[in-house]
Amino acid sequence: MAKATMITAFVGGALALGLCAGAMAEDELPTGKMLVDTCAGCHGTNGNSVGPASPTIAAMDPYVFVDMMIAFAEEDTYSTIMGRIARGYTEEEYELMGEYLHSQQFQPAEQEFDQALVDKGAGLHDKYCEKCHIEGGKPVPDEEDYYILAGQWTPYVENAMSDFREDRRILPKKMGRKLDRMLEAEGEESLAALYAFYAAYTDFESSGAGDDDEDDE
Amino acid sequence: MTMNRRDFVKATGAVAAVGALGAPTIALGQGKKVVVVGGGTGGATAAKYIKMADDSIDVTIIEPNKEYYTCYMSNEVISGVRQLDDIKHGYDGLKARGIKVVHEAATAIDPEAKVVKTASGEFPYDRCIVSPGISILYDKIEGYSKEAAQKMPHAWKAGEQTKILRSQLEAMDDGGLVIIAAPQNPFRCPPGPYERASQIALYLKEAKPKSKVMILDSKQKFSKQGLFTQGWERLYGFGTDNSMIEWQPGPDAGVNRVDPETMTVYTNFDEYQAAVVNVIPPQAAGQIALDAGLADDSGWCPVDKKTFESTQHAGIHVIGDAAIATAMPKSGYSANSQGKVAAAAVVALLKGEEPGVPSYVNTCYSIIGKDYGISVAAVYRLSEDGATIAGVEGAGGLTPTDAPDFALAREVEYAYSWYDNIVHDIFA
Repeated sequence: MAKATMITAFVGGALALGLCAGAMAEDELPTGKMLVDTCAGCHGTNGNSVGPASPTIAAMDPYVFVDMMIAFAEEDTYSTIMGRIARGYTEEEYELMGEYLHSQQFQPAEQEFDQALVDKGAGLHDKYCEKCHIEGGKPVPDEEDYYILAGQWTPYVENAMSDFREDRRILPKKMGRKLDRMLEAEGEESLAALYAFYAAYTDFESSGAGDDDEDDE
Repeated sequence: MTMNRRDFVKATGAVAAVGALGAPTIALGQGKKVVVVGGGTGGATAAKYIKMADDSIDVTIIEPNKEYYTCYMSNEVISGVRQLDDIKHGYDGLKARGIKVVHEAATAIDPEAKVVKTASGEFPYDRCIVSPGISILYDKIEGYSKEAAQKMPHAWKAGEQTKILRSQLEAMDDGGLVIIAAPQNPFRCPPGPYERASQIALYLKEAKPKSKVMILDSKQKFSKQGLFTQGWERLYGFGTDNSMIEWQPGPDAGVNRVDPETMTVYTNFDEYQAAVVNVIPPQAAGQIALDAGLADDSGWCPVDKKTFESTQHAGIHVIGDAAIATAMPKSGYSANSQGKVAAAAVVALLKGEEPGVPSYVNTCYSIIGKDYGISVAAVYRLSEDGATIAGVEGAGGLTPTDAPDFALAREVEYAYSWYDNIVHDIFA
């Protein structure tokens, strides 16, 4: 599997973003909106999914979006259908989509969750995840490289986690270490608590989680 | 008379959206007018996307039905997995966006005068979008008719017809034969008859295990055939003596005559009597498109592939199943995608601008059994000469035949998410 490819793609994508979009005459490409409109049938109008398994893609970090599309297209990230669709667009088009999606308002998923697990999940998040998934995994449009977890659809998050664990999606080394440590210390049920926390954390005006993250080695 | 704010809101039909967006654009009677004929998947999408793009455009949908039943997922109603109400959608969401919805049938479209007519009035337009769905060509099958469809339902327009087919399956004795007569291409929802056979088998396996489904096909091959037969082998004993599904290929197996009295269907060489007969006849563009001269000799509507403007009548765009969209199949997702392309084109043209570069997608799921879904997808571009909508090479395609069980189960999850999202994208 292509860990190196992923990193190269990531760096390449990050550098390219914003530079390439203007290289080709704008009127030869569909607009970001036109492109994103084709996603809505599965991912919701303007990328806000009404769920449950297909994720909301509105307000995503555009770099993350482009890298994810590349990873789907190259099958570094497993998918049932997304890879087949991702291969239909150019990297330039991913960038246009990413920019448009970034400009959209994130609407947190309205879903059920286990209230009893939320506090535990918040603690686990602080301890194991907050270092990278800052501010409780909420959208932080002014930051770079953020992945939205708060308010994301739980069935999607569960599927993504199972892909990470089953080697179907590239698990960043640091995340792998944190995950192992959490599962060892807190058991398999810690995942359910994390999911409950992310499902519950939809009021982004509140702070959600602290930053008393476990020390990174 | 002075209008107070409440009357104003009522008059424009805008309710919730107004508060969120601030004051509505004051353009009563001044905005350009778009009339959308047909409030199904294509028409409702186009109306919504026009309104979202430019609130000052006056958008009216002419649609006889107060509720729309989606054809997609109606096979799950036939199998009892879903209820009919689960595929029913109303127009309150669109009305709240300020779209006017007139529940009448369009009786004529006058492309010269630029007006759509109904029994009660005339609706002038600057641009018209026609999304009429299909008409069922009853007379292509001897003995079949609108009346006969009460006994041998086509269930190819969802709603009452879906209900009839479901009731007949429920009333059928264990051991009964169910026949699906599948039509020649092109027709609405190419994988539909085969998903339907799967869903009926799913129901029979549970409730009436001595029964079986026989597909009498006019075609020699069909959409997603390899994946369907693989699924049928795994779930329903396809290819064995005890198969719950049997498929007879065309052209000889094509049904050309029916007798609803005796519940008999006739092919070139054989006749079959069955407990339940689902006749899916050949189709053409919806009646209003035929009446308005929007169709060519094929019975479908030729359009400019960039804007979906009719090549027969300027100022009228045709989308959805009725349109000839080259590689795009007649599917719900296609209609939704075309609705957005047409909406963007209409908004640009009304401003006197050149429409932008289009982008189109189709994504289509079929649910063969519990936790067993398959899909086909495609991304399309306008060809350089503008003459065709072509699938991007190296992209799209089918669920792989070696997909593991967890993936087939996920495809069902995604099929359900697809449904929830697409109907929300259309009607909310």
